[in-house]
Amino acid sequence: MLTTIAQLEIGEKAIIKDFDIDFIPLKLIEMGCLPGNMVELLQVAPFGDPLFLNINDSHLAIRLETASVIQVEIIKE
Amino acid sequence: MQDQIIKVALIGNPNTGKTSVFNQLTGLNQQVGNYPGITVEKKQGSCSLPSGFKGNILDLPGTYSLNASSLDENVVIELLLNKTDKYYPDVAIVVTDVENLKRNLLLFTQIKDLEIPTILVINMADRMDLKGITLDIPYLEEHLKTKIALVSSRKKTGIDDLKKLIVDFKSLSTEPCLNASSIDIVYFDSLRKAFPQQSLYKLWLIITQDVNFSRLHKNFVDTRNFAKPISELKRLQQKETIKRYQFINTVLQQGRIVDHAAAKDFRSRLDRVLTHKFWGYVIFTAILLLIFQSIFDWSSYPMDFIDRTFASLQSVAAEHLPVGVFTDLISQGIIPGIGGIVIFIPQIAFLFLFISILEESGYMSRVVFLMDKIMRRFGLSGKSVVPLISGTACAIPAIMATRNIENWKERLITILVTPFTTCSARLPVYSIIISLIIPKSRVFGIFNTQGLTLMLLYLLGFGTAILSAYILNKVLKIKGKTFFVVEMPNYKLPLFKNVALNVIEKTKAFVFGAGKIILAISIILWFLASYGPGDRLEKAKETVIAKESGNTITTAELENKVAAYKLENSFIGIMGKSIEPVIKPLGYDWKIGIAIISSFAAREVFVGTLATIYSVGGSGDDEATIKDKMQSETNDETGEKIFNFASGISLLLFYAFAMQCASTLAVTKKETNTWKWPAAQLVFMSAFAYIVALIAFQVLK
Repeated sequence: MLTTIAQLEIGEKAIIKDFDIDFIPLKLIEMGCLPGNMVELLQVAPFGDPLFLNINDSHLAIRLETASVIQVEIIKE
Repeated sequence: MQDQIIKVALIGNPNTGKTSVFNQLTGLNQQVGNYPGITVEKKQGSCSLPSGFKGNILDLPGTYSLNASSLDENVVIELLLNKTDKYYPDVAIVVTDVENLKRNLLLFTQIKDLEIPTILVINMADRMDLKGITLDIPYLEEHLKTKIALVSSRKKTGIDDLKKLIVDFKSLSTEPCLNASSIDIVYFDSLRKAFPQQSLYKLWLIITQDVNFSRLHKNFVDTRNFAKPISELKRLQQKETIKRYQFINTVLQQGRIVDHAAAKDFRSRLDRVLTHKFWGYVIFTAILLLIFQSIFDWSSYPMDFIDRTFASLQSVAAEHLPVGVFTDLISQGIIPGIGGIVIFIPQIAFLFLFISILEESGYMSRVVFLMDKIMRRFGLSGKSVVPLISGTACAIPAIMATRNIENWKERLITILVTPFTTCSARLPVYSIIISLIIPKSRVFGIFNTQGLTLMLLYLLGFGTAILSAYILNKVLKIKGKTFFVVEMPNYKLPLFKNVALNVIEKTKAFVFGAGKIILAISIILWFLASYGPGDRLEKAKETVIAKESGNTITTAELENKVAAYKLENSFIGIMGKSIEPVIKPLGYDWKIGIAIISSFAAREVFVGTLATIYSVGGSGDDEATIKDKMQSETNDETGEKIFNFASGISLLLFYAFAMQCASTLAVTKKETNTWKWPAAQLVFMSAFAYIVALIAFQVLK
């Protein structure tokens, strides 16, 4: 099922599919946010934003705004 | 035989323990300075190496990749691209964290492609068992074309191996790890033809850097004909990054085994508490409370001791040195001036101690995460929390710390409001005034009322900062993409050595930096207070005797009156008297006025100035501490205490808001590239301070 990181539930894992490069900082790409890599939503900050993710073994936080342009496919366990 | 020197550059991602490795290598042999022309901190140190070699170690700013997006990161690139730079390394050491090897190796492959001899340090090796990680070092060395040192800066292992590798740097391979030019074969072919002498990756870096960030200071080669539109460059950079990760993944698949079952995850449990929507804030508030209690309560013991020591030093100097102008200068100008700064070492050291523990432990990133949504409502970023907290030490490094805020508007607002946070230079002023006007008692048996007052002032500073940010957010019309990426590093027990070195270095910088200004101002003030125009000062005694001819007064009283008369008629007295009409509505006398004027250079000068003025103006009683002298100051006309509740509160508020720091204005200018913003800070903050102080005094008196 195709969705975006913004829609993930805590603990859910997904594979990054695609994103519009103009809305993603290069730094995020360098940290491993690339198509084919795995992403897991670890925590959501109070008030629902930002999101604490594990992308390709990198632990980092991004805002909902950025998360909503990264398309992913949820891994069913 | 003279030592042979090897130049070493330490490079690595933030949070890999690069500074720990630097500290292990150099110990106390390090100097901190700035790169010429820019305010990026430069850390250098030396260490002795085997076989009579000596290493000059340069600790470069932490960077995630060679595609720089900040001034700090740009320093790394400029150095590595410029072979003629006097710091250009003989050997580069890339420091990585064993748990984040995949991401950390991205930078490593970039450095390798620059064809610099490179050693790979895999740090935090002590955590391998805990995390179930096994590494095949010979395999990794072969495929990454390097030598690896497994280091644990916590357990102090592996540093000797690293030193041996440094000495042996000539045997390191300079072959690149991968060929990045395949991302656009045609383009790179034409580049190769145009600049046959240059490394392709280097050319590529120059092109991307020029377009994406800013033109490099030194124009290495003219690549303007090869510039590409920004989005196309970014697409190519993404391709390059994918290629690098493919390479890294292949190498790690063979060279690293991770047994996830063996990994005991402490981090996620701690994160659930520390970023909890209720407990997260409770813990954060408790930590802040602890910091303020320690600054005011615990540090009062060493401070009292320092205060007494300087007071007795002053009287010893006055008694034992031969009577004369020079002795007066020492006992009334220099000693109180230096005492005025030394006394704040305990508080400043406590502050830096806590800030460096928060940063070292990884907690600061959780605060950024916790606060981002709230801060955004005020036009700030979660990352603004770091400058706002470290602004409690000093606004200058705090303003420099805004560099990692990606959005320009959020960054500008943070820079503009940071000076409202209570910096350590305000502490001297606050502490002394609070101790004069707030009675010492305890609330609930633990909280000291003076400590609580101080905490209120800190909250006031934060509150004003946030409120002005809110207003600025509405007023400023700047648009920009709101990129926000923050790494959430693993929790670490702070290393004693790192924290201690940081505290010592920062305190030293504060004391010597401020000390120089204070000493100079103290001496100037002493001259201005001891001399006056014409012969009024020489005739002081006769004038006073003539005035008091009708009254019977004791010799001591006469001496006091003469001293007071002299001060009033000195240069400084005349200056102070002339500005008195402006500050009188705020509840200050001309002596405080002088202190306020001199503290426009730096706030902490306030106490030193008053100390000097009162020492010159007082009689023989040199043993009194600064506080005693301020306590006994009275208004000549009304006989009321100068430092009473109303004027004290008014002064506290004035110092809370006024922009009294020349260095902050200078750093704002540097970071915003225009005088417009520092000028706005100076005018708005000072006018606001005056109005608030005026209202406070008029209401309370």
